[in-house]
Amino acid sequence: MEFNAEHFNADHFSLFDLPPAFRLDAALLDRRYLELQSQIHPDRFASASEAERRHSLQWATRVNEAYQTLKKPLSRAKYLLHLAAHDIGSESNTLMPVDFLIEQMEWREAVAEVRAAGEHHELEHLHHRLKRDLLERYEEIAMLLDDQPDLEQAADRVRRLMFLEKLLVEIDEAMAALEE
Amino acid sequence: MALLQIAEPGESAAPHQHRLAVGIDLGTTNSLVATVRSGLAVVISDELGRPLLPSVVRYLPDGNCDVGYEAQARQAIDPRNTIASVKRFMGRGLQDIVQREALPYLFDEGPGMLRLNTVAGRKSPVEVSAEILRVLRLRAEASLGGPLVGAVITVPAYFDDAQRQATKDAARLAGLPVLRLLNEPTAAAVAYGLDNASEGTYAVYDLGGGTFDISILRLSRGIFEVLATGGDSALGGDDFDHRIFCWLLEAAQLKPLSVEDARMLLTRAREAKEYLTFHGVAPINARLNSGEVVDLTLTTEIFAEITQTLVAKTIQPVKKALRDAGLSVAEVKGVVMVGGATRMPQVQRAVGDFFRQEPLNNLDPDKVVAIGAATQANLLAGNGLGGDNWLLLDVIPLSLGLETMGGLVEKIIPRNSTIPTARAQEFTTFRDGQTALAVHVVQGERELVSDCRSLARFELRGIPPMVAGAARIRVTFQVDADGLLAVTAREQTVGVEASIVVKPSYGLSDDEIAGMLKDSMLHVRDDALRRALKESQTDAQRLIEAVRSAIDTDGELLSVEERSRIEHDVSNLQAALLGDNRRQIMLAMDDLEADTKDFAARRMDKSIRRAFSGRHINELDSEVAAARTGEHA
Repeated sequence: MEFNAEHFNADHFSLFDLPPAFRLDAALLDRRYLELQSQIHPDRFASASEAERRHSLQWATRVNEAYQTLKKPLSRAKYLLHLAAHDIGSESNTLMPVDFLIEQMEWREAVAEVRAAGEHHELEHLHHRLKRDLLERYEEIAMLLDDQPDLEQAADRVRRLMFLEKLLVEIDEAMAALEE
Repeated sequence: MALLQIAEPGESAAPHQHRLAVGIDLGTTNSLVATVRSGLAVVISDELGRPLLPSVVRYLPDGNCDVGYEAQARQAIDPRNTIASVKRFMGRGLQDIVQREALPYLFDEGPGMLRLNTVAGRKSPVEVSAEILRVLRLRAEASLGGPLVGAVITVPAYFDDAQRQATKDAARLAGLPVLRLLNEPTAAAVAYGLDNASEGTYAVYDLGGGTFDISILRLSRGIFEVLATGGDSALGGDDFDHRIFCWLLEAAQLKPLSVEDARMLLTRAREAKEYLTFHGVAPINARLNSGEVVDLTLTTEIFAEITQTLVAKTIQPVKKALRDAGLSVAEVKGVVMVGGATRMPQVQRAVGDFFRQEPLNNLDPDKVVAIGAATQANLLAGNGLGGDNWLLLDVIPLSLGLETMGGLVEKIIPRNSTIPTARAQEFTTFRDGQTALAVHVVQGERELVSDCRSLARFELRGIPPMVAGAARIRVTFQVDADGLLAVTAREQTVGVEASIVVKPSYGLSDDEIAGMLKDSMLHVRDDALRRALKESQTDAQRLIEAVRSAIDTDGELLSVEERSRIEHDVSNLQAALLGDNRRQIMLAMDDLEADTKDFAARRMDKSIRRAFSGRHINELDSEVAAARTGEHA
């Protein structure tokens, strides 16, 4: 990018002119995102020159990436840790506390069981239970990132969150599999 | 060139000049072309006043072809050479076509895509579709009185990359500049949304002749944001005809049929289906070439019963799309019905039951997609007035990924990602001294490569020999606003690069297109070269106008030298315009474009700054900026 590389390379929060924090005004993010896309989306340059279409493509791509990252709590938390240059480690090579792992195993067994029994309703129930659980964990992460910053603890909670979000995907996939 | 005009998005630099643009619904059964006339989107009918063009092409022994009603009327007597529902073959190989035996065509394997052997030679589905598009282009040009600057062509939202690329190739072959490939449900939403000024979350249920799409959209302040999409690109009204056909065979206890008899009965089946939309029972009478006589009555009850599984098959993708969007049925404000097949009462009922509300039917389901496409084409061509500042944000329907060790798929871009989008992933070598890496691009949701669609294969060569795991190969996927993918692989330590616009394994190569274009020139009378010259002249004039108006508004962004260079380029281009040498015009345009590139960039910058006016975008926290290590592709 030769024009305004500074803006293009700004961090995701600056791109939307939002404070870098986990707690985020989602409606404001949505609005800023749509404002930006309205300016630079390729549809605004459909009959423009090759070079201009490329610029617009790169910018719209950049804005989409930033929006997707900030919109979801897990990716937002990971991104904040990344901005703070704090390595969260990967879920596979980091030792998790035993009680957390046991809890995870129980969740997974429950999912496997209701899936095998073909109980769609039970899966929905697990889905909602997990969603509620996730909301509590987001609040915890907000405290550790925004209120009384403790990056070490925050990274630990984010690693746990990665397990849980993956579990949610598995539950959704199990529901889809049952429907087919 | 329009970047020079971006200062006022949505406003044309030369408002007096209306650029001719159309929207085309290239359907499985019927196709339509529409345009915006005096601010109103209308379907352009043929000289007999018929809005639809049956998507049927009949090849003739002299190499020419008939398209539309004429071809459709001969379907029963010349089934082999009369290609119907070609959309089902777009970007598809032979093994993809189910019930191939039931179809009367002489199929052949071809590079990338199947071929059809006809009396006029071997045809690819792209060529057949191009014939349909060409007729629509000529219809529009005759009606509008000039060459088109471009078309928005609709595709099922659930079309994969190969099917989209094939559609774009067909347009090229038909001499139609493509402004955008637009998803059919999104086009329908535009037609509805702009009409009804609605806000909220809507579902678009689009059951066409051969494809089924479901899209969940959020409409707010002129922005149509697709939240999730799903469907089945091989399920449509045709399948309902086929169910009736099978019921006929069984009920009348017919012997194996000739191709002609089969074609005729399929036509009778379709007629019965359409009749049942307004009547309780449909009589089916036919005398076959074999001498057998069919005399049966199909009731709505039997019809609903034999098609129950088809209707149920559309509800699964609806559930999945809702889940992907994170929404419940209760959060859907309205359900828009699109496609002729949604006229069937059992479909209306099933959708109404599922969403617990009456589906919306106030626009003609046959026309709504073309109308939406025309509206979008008008905007993209720069004819939009100040108020028409709406925007579409669409998604890719299927995940894109790469083959990794053991035939597994590593997803790079998940389905329902808003486009345009890009994602990069790093890979490494697994053998000592490995100097090449094979890249296999696939699309689909399954974990095994063999269950997904193969889009392209290419190789990154020239990796310096290193120990296994030392090379760092960054593979970048970029999906543009048409939903088309380009892939780049780059070795990071020495910088060797390989890239591909995904088409060779399922689309056509550029050489093939060039060859076909040459062939089609022999048959088509309109003078492509003169047309091209005319287009370049128009483009050049537009460019000059745009540059002038940009200098008028933002001349202060230029230095004296830059300005005089640009003015020099402008007079060169004007000189070239006096002659009829297209190449000279193009070269002069290139110079002008090159010399205004920085200017355009500065103007864009200014425009974006204005979007943030008063919000201090440049006050970056330098530490934060330094900590960023190039996360995005």
